[in-house]
Amino acid sequence: MTQFAASVDDAVADIADGMLLAVPREVSGVPMEATRALIRRGVRRLHLVALPTSSLQADLLIGAGGVGTLETSAVSLGEFGAAPRFTQAVLNRSIVMKDATCPAIHAALQAAEKGVPFMPMRGLIGSDILATRPEWQVIANPYADNHDPIVLLPAIVPDVALLHAPLADRDGNVWIGRQRDLITLSHAARSTIVTVERVVDDNLLADPLRAPGVLPGFYVDSIAVAENGCWPLGLPDHYDTDAAHMKEYARLAASHDGFEAYLARYVLTPRAKAS
Amino acid sequence: MTAPNMIRDEELLASTIADLIGDVRHVAVGNASPIPATAALLARERGRQRGVARPYVSLLQSRKHNFFTDGGRELFDCAGQGRIDVFFLSGGQIDGQGNINLVAIGDYDAPKVRFPGSYGSAHLYYVVPKMILFRTEHSRRTLVEKVDFISAPGVSADGVHRTGGPIALITNRCFFRFDPARKRFRLESVHPGHTVEEVREHTGFDFDQPDTVAVTTPPSPETLALMRNTVAPQVAEVYPQFAAEIFNITAHPA
Repeated sequence: MTQFAASVDDAVADIADGMLLAVPREVSGVPMEATRALIRRGVRRLHLVALPTSSLQADLLIGAGGVGTLETSAVSLGEFGAAPRFTQAVLNRSIVMKDATCPAIHAALQAAEKGVPFMPMRGLIGSDILATRPEWQVIANPYADNHDPIVLLPAIVPDVALLHAPLADRDGNVWIGRQRDLITLSHAARSTIVTVERVVDDNLLADPLRAPGVLPGFYVDSIAVAENGCWPLGLPDHYDTDAAHMKEYARLAASHDGFEAYLARYVLTPRAKAS
Repeated sequence: MTAPNMIRDEELLASTIADLIGDVRHVAVGNASPIPATAALLARERGRQRGVARPYVSLLQSRKHNFFTDGGRELFDCAGQGRIDVFFLSGGQIDGQGNINLVAIGDYDAPKVRFPGSYGSAHLYYVVPKMILFRTEHSRRTLVEKVDFISAPGVSADGVHRTGGPIALITNRCFFRFDPARKRFRLESVHPGHTVEEVREHTGFDFDQPDTVAVTTPPSPETLALMRNTVAPQVAEVYPQFAAEIFNITAHPA
């Protein structure tokens, strides 16, 4: 069922312009090599959903002109400062921003996981986040004796979940460890593309210690090997964020020309070594 | 290098926050929050001294001080059930009714300034009983009469599920308590070296105050010793630069 792509570029070939693409937050395994492949291909008008926040990935995709709509709860480079291309795009109104709050994105994807049309969620009432999201409805809790308004969030069903994980096996099972957000994303999405550090020969589901941290190959459409695939972000328990590179990014991306120079140097030039 | 008898602002703030945390079951601290993290770990050490195994401290930025195994949603699920007693939020703007703005300055559709976004505030602010607002920059730019965008409101209309909300706002100048019935802050104390007049001058919202405003109680020698000797090495594991600067302590290699 799972295809093994010959390259990361091949793996992302099915992510078409305008698709609803869902990606994880920084600590979960952000597929940066695959993101660069998407930019090299010149992807456009993505509806990017980041569960529940994003950093370099959204900033890079936005700066490269690949995003039409962004739905997330925050974009920041964290200790490296504000996300400059995101900030500029919102100020220029060159993307449609759908502001959310973290648990709303979790809940909307969980609705998709369950195949139900919406999920109720506490909070939000009286916020301007709710005021700017006409598709989010407030209903009276039908099970309450007293007046109890509650927000309903329509399910988010991504066309593609794009993930990075440490290991896959030959059957397409992917070991995600404790990064359960990756499972939520994959369950919710119509298809899942995963880049991995390496492929192992034994079956990951056969090991009772690893099996609970496995995204079964049943959900996975395509896998490509991308060693250091989160770089310059880190992969928890495997490698740290490349702080020097992130500082360089923050400095260059502060201006349009600097960002173009960054793209030319680190993104648009294919890496010499095939992965 | 800090003279041993000198109390740093960060130590005063952490000590004040630890007192506010009090004796609770679970304190969670978000990313990039070294002073609240110091306060939470200090509250835990005080619990240990009293022989109680609380509060449980979850530092979301830390691998070690973070038990969550069900993804990012587990924090919010925990909070929704009432399993988190204390959390910390800040704001690009905070107003006199306890509303916080983490999104933008100006018109939302054509903003002048854009912040990263609301994160989990529009849920946590409603359901965590002790929400502590923490903003070191105390100015008319940050503490405004009315926020331009409400990421999360300080109070809710009758009938809206609201098991939590702000209890206090701690800044570099003072300590406000929040009164949800009056929908206003009340000046509790000014930090040593600061004055009520100065607080008025630099606060964009009106607030209540008692006839005599106290000076924020500095940490006792016992608290300082606990913070510097026992808490600081734990802080250094998560915030090495902060710990080096404030406590002159270096993290052990991971």
